Parts: sequence; structure tokens; C-alpha cells
Amino acid sequence: MLQDRTAIAGIGETGFGKLLPTSEERLACEAIMSALDDAGIAPREVDGLCSYTMETTDATEVARNIGAGDITFFSQVGYGGGAGCATVGHAAMAVAAGQARVVVAWRSRKRSARSARIWASAAESVAVNGRWSRPWGLLRPADEIAMLARRYMHEYGATREALAEVALALRAHANRNPRAAMYARPLSREQYLNARWVSEPLCLYDCCLESDGALAAVIVSRERARDCRRPPVYIHAFAQAMPGQIFAMTNYFCDDPLRTPSFVAAKQLWSGEFAPADIKVAQIYDAFSPLILFALEGFGLCGRGEAADFVRGGKLRWDGGAVAVNTSGGSLSEAYVHGFNLITEGVRQMRGTSTSQVDGAQCCLVASAECVPSGALLLRR
Amino acid sequence: MAVRIPSWAAQEEAPFWEGIARAELRVQGCTRCGRLRFPPRPFCPQCNWPDAVWRPMSGRASLWSFVIAHPPLMPPFAEIAPYNVIVAALDEDPRIRMVGNLLAAPGGAINEVKPDQIRIGARLMVVFSAGPGELTLPRWMYE
Repeated sequence: MLQDRTAIAGIGETGFGKLLPTSEERLACEAIMSALDDAGIAPREVDGLCSYTMETTDATEVARNIGAGDITFFSQVGYGGGAGCATVGHAAMAVAAGQARVVVAWRSRKRSARSARIWASAAESVAVNGRWSRPWGLLRPADEIAMLARRYMHEYGATREALAEVALALRAHANRNPRAAMYARPLSREQYLNARWVSEPLCLYDCCLESDGALAAVIVSRERARDCRRPPVYIHAFAQAMPGQIFAMTNYFCDDPLRTPSFVAAKQLWSGEFAPADIKVAQIYDAFSPLILFALEGFGLCGRGEAADFVRGGKLRWDGGAVAVNTSGGSLSEAYVHGFNLITEGVRQMRGTSTSQVDGAQCCLVASAECVPSGALLLRR
Repeated sequence: MAVRIPSWAAQEEAPFWEGIARAELRVQGCTRCGRLRFPPRPFCPQCNWPDAVWRPMSGRASLWSFVIAHPPLMPPFAEIAPYNVIVAALDEDPRIRMVGNLLAAPGGAINEVKPDQIRIGARLMVVFSAGPGELTLPRWMYE
């Protein structure tokens, strides 16, 4: 177990927006240099690089551009939005194992252009995980998750009210966060209930934004972190998680399709000093609102099938008294950068610098995408 | 009926499509433990045995879940939206589930059943219908 032997010493991000003129490569380097500056670590000290397999900015480009030293650890993690926490987790394992001393994890992405969206692909593609779904018109991630969401609602008696709780809580957090794309755009329950459908039972506000932007984090040893510019945020636990019979996104073909990766990650995550009852704040991957309901159950923050009751009455809000979720606004209302903004917000919560700061939280759960092979971090102050 | 094995079908998947071409819904069954498995794959998830036979199914199922897809979508689906996509759980083993569409008539379009008439648990029977393109796919109607 990692057990606080490593820490996130710096975080950095570019602004988020639509149709940013800057290249993904330049955005990546800006975020990384900002994170190094936040930590007070010189770029030439960087000897490890870790990102997503879907990242288009190559590790060699990053190393050249930031003026890194000799690199002794580089790695990429697969499965799109499932990768985020594991880029930090792999960095932490590399530092803990002595393979590198200053590792940068990052994600840079431009998704706001309509031509960059999955449903706009010119060619009809039937990928490895789409052969048994796309020919029938189940084309987009929203359709794939909507199918599981409908089944979830049927099995547990959940309604759109539970999804609305998620969307409205996250929007309320974005309305307090000047960096959020939806900072100046309040959302009412009526707007939610009257929104256009994307894939029933999911409406527009159940689906994440499409954004351009980049983020980065710097991972070093506990000892090094204590000499850095900011208070260390320790990586208490890290888990990767892949149910043995999973089908990524279209998880309809196994015995228990609603047993998502968080059910697998929970065991490792809670094997340290913390238990689900200690979680006052969490950053949970939210490409679609139902993923948060799945994760609340998988991580044991509530019982299986109980998430709809658990979230009722604003319980996910920063001042809601239960578990504050996605306190920067998350992918639904801050920016969609493959979930890396959840990691940086987790760090801010542990530093005490969130715009929706949760008082007294000793640890923060950060979770990557449900419904694909994924990962999770438990950060502590 | 159009006969075609999709170009993207993997080696283990070809017999499924050969069955569809004969209007037969078939699923792999393990020759050791008997467990059915779908989508097709080389090993039984229960006993790890590699050999399987292709068992004809009754074509009876129940509706496990469904979505109604609305634009934006890519062609050729954009033109017919909103349309339904369902998951059917087969009677022989409800853990065997297939993505499909619910049709009002055997040769019907996938946007003809009214969304408020689609219910989880509804009884289904398989039909074989053409499209997109030259592909014939298993789809479903109310029993």
C-alpha cells in the first residue's frame, strides 16, 4: 500500500474553454510548467512522465518542451476517462519504488469542436467494444450509459429526481467557482426537467460539457513534498479496478452489469486508515450523472441500490451535510478534461483552497470513470 | 434475406452471423459445463474450457433495458431519430443479453414503437431484419 509515502506537491491548469486557439501540445506544457511552479520544483528535475493512452501530446514532446532532465519512468494508462487517477497512482508507485523522483501526470484535450465529438466521426466505426451494440444504433457514450441507467432506475426504483440532484449540486458548485465554464449559468430544477433529451432517460444536463484545456500534477516523495512550496497532499491509497467480466461502456453481457469498477476499487481503498464514513468530500467522474450514483454505492458511501435516497435534498452539496461531490463543478459544470480536474480539485480540498471548501475533511476520495476499467485515489491532508 | 458476415466480425463470431443468415439465433454453449456465453469468445468464463457448440435459441426473451436516442447522431441514424435501442435477456439464460431494437412489425423501422409503450420485463420474440446497409440483424417484437 502507498500509505502516504508519496504526495502531490503541485497542480497546474490552463483556462478551460471552447475552441481555444492554443494547440494541445502547448496547453499540456503550460499546465505542467504551472504545476511545477506551484510545487517550486525546476523542470530539469522532472524524471518521470505519465498520461493517458488517449493523450496526443507525446512524452518526448513534453520532455523537450519543458526542459526536463533524463527521464527514467514513463507510462500511459488506457481506457479513456478510466485513466485519470491511475496516472497519478502509477507516478506514486514509481516514486515509492525509487524508479523516479519527480513525476508529472497530465492530460491535455481539445474536445469542444463539433468535429472532435464521437458521434461526428465521418466513418462508421465498430470498435472492439462496439461490435455488439453500434450496428443497432447504440452509438454514443451517452447511449451506452443511458442503457445501464435505465436498468438501474428499474431495479432500485430510482427516478430522474436522483439524476437532477446530481446535476443541480454540481451546477451549484460551478456557480461558486470562477474557473468553471458554467460559473455564471445557474440551473433550476424546472430547466433540468424540461431539457431536451440526449438518450432517454438522460437529458442534456445529465451529460458532461465538451471542453478544451489541460491539467497536471507533480508527484514526489513525502520527504521531498515537505520541502515544497505548498502543503503536501498525501496519496494515502490508490486502486485500479476492472471487474473480471467487464465490457467497457457496454457492460450488459456479464452476470452483474451494475457491479461497476468502484465495487472492486473499494477493498484496496479502505484497507488503510480511512473508512467510507470518513468521507466528507469526494470527486467522482461524471461524464454522465448516473455514474455518480453507481460510484456512491460501489465505494460504500451508501448501500447498494440506496444512492437515490442518499442524494435526496441536496446531500451532495458542499454545505449539504452528507458527502460533498465534485466541489469545482466537475465534468458536468466545470470542464470535461477526462476527469483530471477532479484530481486537482481533490488537492485543493486537502489544501483548504477550494471555492466550495468542506470544513474538517481529513481525506478526499477521487474516482475515475465507472463503466470502464478505472482507478481511484484516497488523498489526505 | 441479405446474407453477410460483417467485415469486422472476429473469427469466433462468424458462426453467429451464419446463423442469422439462416434466420436462426444461436449462442455458444460450453461442451464441458453447458454454460451459454455471448458475445462469442474462445473460452468458457465458468470452467475455462475452449470447446463450444452453437446452440439454437428459442428466440424468446424479456426486455432488460432500453434507451431512446435523440440527435445529435451520425448518419444513417440521425435521419430516423428518435429511435429505440433495447437489451433483450434470453429465456434460456437471462444472463445472455443482446443489444437490439424493438419493432412494431417484422420489417419495420426502429422508430415505430412509441416510447411510452416500451416496458422493462416485456415478453419478446426475435425477428430478423435488414439494415443498416446490407447487414441483417436480430431484432425483437412483442410476443
